[in-house]
Amino acid sequence: MNRLPRSLVAALAVVPAAALTVFFVWPFATIVSEALTGAAIRETLTRRGTWEIVWFTSWQALLSTVVTIVVGLAPAAVVARFDFPGRGALVGLLTAVFVLPTVVMGAAILAVLPDALDRTVFAIVAAHVVFNLAVVVRLVGALWELLPADMEAAAATLGASRWRVFTEVSLPLIRPALTAAATVVFLFSFTSFGVIRVVGATGTRTIEVEIWRRATQLGDLGGAAVLTMLQLALLGLAVAWSTTLQRRHSRALGLRLRSPRRSPSGRRERRVVAAIIGGTFVVVSAPLAALVIRSFSTPTGWSTSAWTDLGRSEIRPGLRVGVDPWNAIVNSLTTAIWATAFAVSIGALASLAIAAAGQAGRFLDAGLMLPLGTSAVTIGFGMLITFDVPPFDWRASWWLVPVGHALVAVPFVVRTTLGVLRSVDPDLTAAAATLGASPVRAWHETVVPYLWRPLAAAAGLAAAISLGEFGATSFLSRSGGETMPIAIERLLGRTGSILQAQGYALATVLAAVTVVVVALTDRLQSGVRPSGSRDRT
Amino acid sequence: MSALDVVDVDVAFDGVRVLDHVSLSMASGDITALLGPSGSGKSTLLRVVAGIIRPDRGSILIDGTDVTAMPTHQRRVGMVFQDNQLFPHRSVIENVAFGLKMAGVGRTSRLERSAVWLDHVGLHGFGARTVTELSGGEAKRVALARTLAVEPAVVLLDEPLTGLDRDLHDRLAAELASLLRAAGTTALLVTHDADEAATVADRSLRLADL
Repeated sequence: MNRLPRSLVAALAVVPAAALTVFFVWPFATIVSEALTGAAIRETLTRRGTWEIVWFTSWQALLSTVVTIVVGLAPAAVVARFDFPGRGALVGLLTAVFVLPTVVMGAAILAVLPDALDRTVFAIVAAHVVFNLAVVVRLVGALWELLPADMEAAAATLGASRWRVFTEVSLPLIRPALTAAATVVFLFSFTSFGVIRVVGATGTRTIEVEIWRRATQLGDLGGAAVLTMLQLALLGLAVAWSTTLQRRHSRALGLRLRSPRRSPSGRRERRVVAAIIGGTFVVVSAPLAALVIRSFSTPTGWSTSAWTDLGRSEIRPGLRVGVDPWNAIVNSLTTAIWATAFAVSIGALASLAIAAAGQAGRFLDAGLMLPLGTSAVTIGFGMLITFDVPPFDWRASWWLVPVGHALVAVPFVVRTTLGVLRSVDPDLTAAAATLGASPVRAWHETVVPYLWRPLAAAAGLAAAISLGEFGATSFLSRSGGETMPIAIERLLGRTGSILQAQGYALATVLAAVTVVVVALTDRLQSGVRPSGSRDRT
Repeated sequence: MSALDVVDVDVAFDGVRVLDHVSLSMASGDITALLGPSGSGKSTLLRVVAGIIRPDRGSILIDGTDVTAMPTHQRRVGMVFQDNQLFPHRSVIENVAFGLKMAGVGRTSRLERSAVWLDHVGLHGFGARTVTELSGGEAKRVALARTLAVEPAVVLLDEPLTGLDRDLHDRLAAELASLLRAAGTTALLVTHDADEAATVADRSLRLADL
């Protein structure tokens, strides 16, 4: 047959499988065994604080979800139904905000809110809402576009006012997308870590923050492990519930055609649409603008000192605060380069193996997706408590942080690459074989050339993930090895306007770098499908 | 007093004039067919009357009242869309009862009245079905019943019989004519089929002549 030799496929699979086992499965098993001690379970579950934290985590997530949906529905409708100048820019801006590192979003909310609201639940919810608006606008908007505008018009001819058209016709029909969006926002807010660490008050703790506090500040590994399991169980329940809901509400609408978008007509409609667009722009861009402005503002007036002093770790001669912004930038870039290299090599090998292996490839595929379903905090925590015994005491190794980042990024690399690999027409390889190419040669000639573009796009994604990664890094980074997100959290956590301004400056740098990397990646991905491919839709 | 007046209506899309100084008057109980090739702006005129499209110029009067600035749901116009636009999340009877629900008719009463309308269109016992399992002809009848149930001042029919097979088309055309007459409805029918126009309507007009 024209299949690749089994030994080659196995050789391709061995490195990703080993990496997954050592850096994910083993640490996860360590957490489980750490949690499965009667004392730790009893102590954690009977502590009143545990349930207060679970309660707080749940209600802030629920509140964030409801507010995001309510705020996001109007722009979703406008984006789905109307054509207006700046439509692309609005969707682009929302998406750019969604990919910002959590710490940057936290910093931006701190920057924009008046001091009285800083460190309050209001600030936390505001950050989650601004972050996740893109989820609602894109998911709900996409389904709303498929809903015929004439169906809403039909309801109007039957006497339904705009509000009743929405409640009686549009809302029931967009409900599957609404449930999906609500689930994403809820999961995101429930496992919120970076945002809470930056904008939350010292005593404000979600389960994730408590895991981190127990593991790194109190040395209560058992308690942290039990909390990790508890969180996984709660997340499992939430996902199961949403899946049932989505199944119940999904209907075969046979909606295939996008309803054409129109310009708003009439003075009243134009005003409402303009207000929604303007409001959304303000809500999303004000925090980012505030970030930049605050980096130039000091108690004595405007100053560029936060920027010019980024390279100086002494705030006054001889006085150091232990955070060196310039060093953090260098650390972040080096870490991102290594994390990208690891993620791309592991992901590429895995994708090739999965695409070539058929049925057996599914195991590797599913296995490599696991880190996606696990929070970064869990990954960091697992690695922290696993690699601390010789000969596996790797905590001081320079590569541990990049490997942690790579683990978070590999699922994205595999998804980007595998889709392209699978869309290569098998007849192409067969054609090469009929022309005398051996299986390996044919594969090399017909499949490998399609790999570079998705890999470049995947590399961009991996770099962006690594640059903004905060959860795993919080556990793994060593003194002197702080990355940008860690440095930003520290700087903003200190009192002193110079440090604050430096935190905002560093957050601005991180935001800019992330947006540029993601924009470049987006451009690469838009042309990622090989020309000789079969459409698999 | 006429039931519907279209006075000097202009509509342009992206600078292209679709309706140019169109005027039309219909007496109460009048059934008028509007003929013209596809793309000639017939549907646009119906949408202007329904208030789905706002005219660049001109006005619409229903029973003598200027409704040009009035939103669709207050105009008392009914419209049968070419592709029916039945609500997929509601059963057949709930579709027919929708307009009565919007008018504030109580549940029992609106379900009774809707059942009567289902009988009128020959769909006795279809109430509990989902609309996605209906045949083309059945769906058309539901759309018709849904529109007529609220007894609108003017009924607009946008190519209501296009896309049905010949046999069914002819049968439905005759039924439509008798239904509209029995209800005494003022109706404006848009079609490109002169035979259909002759079967259903009292008079036929060409959009080009308006």
